[in-house]
Amino acid sequence: MSNLIDQHSTPATRPETRQRIHDEQGPESRRLARRSHAQTRVRWELLRNLIRKDLKIKYKGSTLGFAWSLANPLLLLAVYTLVFQVIMSAGVPRFGVYLMSGLLIWNAFSASASAASGSVVFNANLVKKVRFPLPVLPLSAVGFAVVHFVLQLAVLFVVVAALGYGFVGLQLLLLVPAFAVAMTFTVGLSMLVSGLNVRYRDTEHLLEVALLAWFWLNPIVYPVGLIRKLLHEWTWIYFLNPMATVIATFQRAIYKGPTVNPATGQGILADPGYLFYLEHLAIAGAMSLGLLWLGTHVFRRMQADFAEDL
Amino acid sequence: MDAADAADAAATTPPEGPPGAQVVIRATGVSKKFISYHRRATSLKELFVRRGQASGDDFWALRDIDVEIGRGQTVGLAGANGSGKSTLLKVLAGILRPTHGKISVSGRIASLLELGAGFNGELTGRDNVYLNASLLGLSRREIDRMFDSIVDFAELPHKIDDEVKHYSSGQYVRLGFAVAVHVDPDVLLVDEVLAVGDEAFQKKCLAKIEQFRTQGRTILFVTHSLDLIESICDRILVLESGSMIFDGAPEIGTRLLRQRLGSLPSDGPVPYDVAAARPVLVTFARDPGGPPQVQFDPGEKLTVSLTLDLTQDAPERIYLHVYVLGQHDLPIWLMETPVGGIPSKPGLFTMDFTVPKIPELLGAFAISVHVSDAATGIPITKRRFDDLFGISGPQAGGLLKVDYEARTRG
Repeated sequence: MSNLIDQHSTPATRPETRQRIHDEQGPESRRLARRSHAQTRVRWELLRNLIRKDLKIKYKGSTLGFAWSLANPLLLLAVYTLVFQVIMSAGVPRFGVYLMSGLLIWNAFSASASAASGSVVFNANLVKKVRFPLPVLPLSAVGFAVVHFVLQLAVLFVVVAALGYGFVGLQLLLLVPAFAVAMTFTVGLSMLVSGLNVRYRDTEHLLEVALLAWFWLNPIVYPVGLIRKLLHEWTWIYFLNPMATVIATFQRAIYKGPTVNPATGQGILADPGYLFYLEHLAIAGAMSLGLLWLGTHVFRRMQADFAEDL
Repeated sequence: MDAADAADAAATTPPEGPPGAQVVIRATGVSKKFISYHRRATSLKELFVRRGQASGDDFWALRDIDVEIGRGQTVGLAGANGSGKSTLLKVLAGILRPTHGKISVSGRIASLLELGAGFNGELTGRDNVYLNASLLGLSRREIDRMFDSIVDFAELPHKIDDEVKHYSSGQYVRLGFAVAVHVDPDVLLVDEVLAVGDEAFQKKCLAKIEQFRTQGRTILFVTHSLDLIESICDRILVLESGSMIFDGAPEIGTRLLRQRLGSLPSDGPVPYDVAAARPVLVTFARDPGGPPQVQFDPGEKLTVSLTLDLTQDAPERIYLHVYVLGQHDLPIWLMETPVGGIPSKPGLFTMDFTVPKIPELLGAFAISVHVSDAATGIPITKRRFDDLFGISGPQAGGLLKVDYEARTRG
């Protein structure tokens, strides 16, 4: 994200004589390099400041503040555990943990994309009056969601440990590539929708609906085994959805329950091994990079007209 | 990074070069077309339905602007409302993309298009300073270093940890201006922001701009105040309907613009120069024939003296409408000659309109005169004078003083 926008600043005046070209090339290029390095740092700082602003505003005046964001998944975990393990005991064992391990990253993705879609329009006044690197707007929406995700994940680990479920193991390493793919995909989609939404305001609403439907295309509340049973050898189509791969990997990394549902005989996890995930993550990663390219490209193309379209 | 950059910048400036020799802002053939809003596809449906349909009412806000501004110049950008001043500033600031043409600006630009744009009311002044300054491109270290200076400049050390929503509008713009000028820009683009805030603040802003000027920064600002341009600019650019009609010395440019804006003789129904009855002068005093003054208090007496030049061809009796105009040429009150008009005689003559008690008003006012034939009502000519007189009312904001009560309910 180092070259957020560069359409404007063009090199300064050209030295008129050859003599001066020789004299100035050294310090000038060093100066430009230093400036661009400093600019990159300033942009990261700006992004951080924007995320911090959103956090401050969200939790301002509430006594429990951040605790609410952590309590939310905890309560869900408690409710689902109660419902699916105690009341309808035939479901996935340790259903709460299973659900949470997939739900948190989905929430981060969907919250990012839907906040990003309105981010430029929401900051219309700023965009029209101040020149700043515009991609920080969708990126700060992603950052905001990621901060929550990381903390919620930490809470999940604490709770899983407290329940005596055990999660430590080599499989946790899968979180790294899965998170990387998730972020690439999320940033790509966020850039795309936030750019499009400035001119085509339907994007935001369309995305909202799409996310609702999309949720069910991921193995979050149901096990992958269900899909296998339906699609058989066509299951690969299901995994063309990068988020499905990401979520399945998150479950493999965190959920250490039985891999097959003892009650129904269906597979809970997509695969008990590692290779399956790495292969699918590679495909999802490639698709995500494609989306990232598309998103940045569209955003760059459209950002020059933001001030006019708003 | 700044000190080093400044040193580098100094090194690249030819020391013996005349001021303004180095071009920092260059616009070449810049045009800007706005597509009329209702024509633009704003939803996905329209994108498909209206596709390929030619749009008819596009509007060219800027037409083929060529300009080069040298380092250290202070340039005023003037023109009537809608002439494209702000658009040009936004294009130079990189906020709007020119439809055609090229812009290049070297050095750090700060654009003051709106003071405190991006302030969030829920955050404290301190948080907003950091956020705003980082939006304007300052690093955290730079902000840390300048923070105290920003707060001092804004005169808000006691309120800096309060939420900005509790600031008065004056405090708000002060903080906005303080942050913007501390960005330490090489090029400062200012849009009419100096019109806000009280007089003390305006003085301070002007002093800061003057300081930038002496430091050799480049300043381009949009203003309606031609007096300001005359007093601080080296150069004026006059825009009209998106085209640059003048680029040069402020004294000449402002005169031209005054004429264009109708504050100098302009053509009425009958061209001014050949009109039989021409208003040539307006003066303000307390009493008719008294010493001229331009500053009045509410309750004081005010005499508006109007001098007309009549020729032999003037009708027997003429009728005058004298409008006192407020901001944006809003008529505040109207004064007319007695019914039936006044008898005319060739040569110069002066007519006094006396207001015994100026109402409780606040602002600067201009005069516009319409001359017509008293017998037929046919207009002869009109003229808007740019000479202003001020009324300094006791109220801090607004045009009128109104009696009111404020109390909480329940």
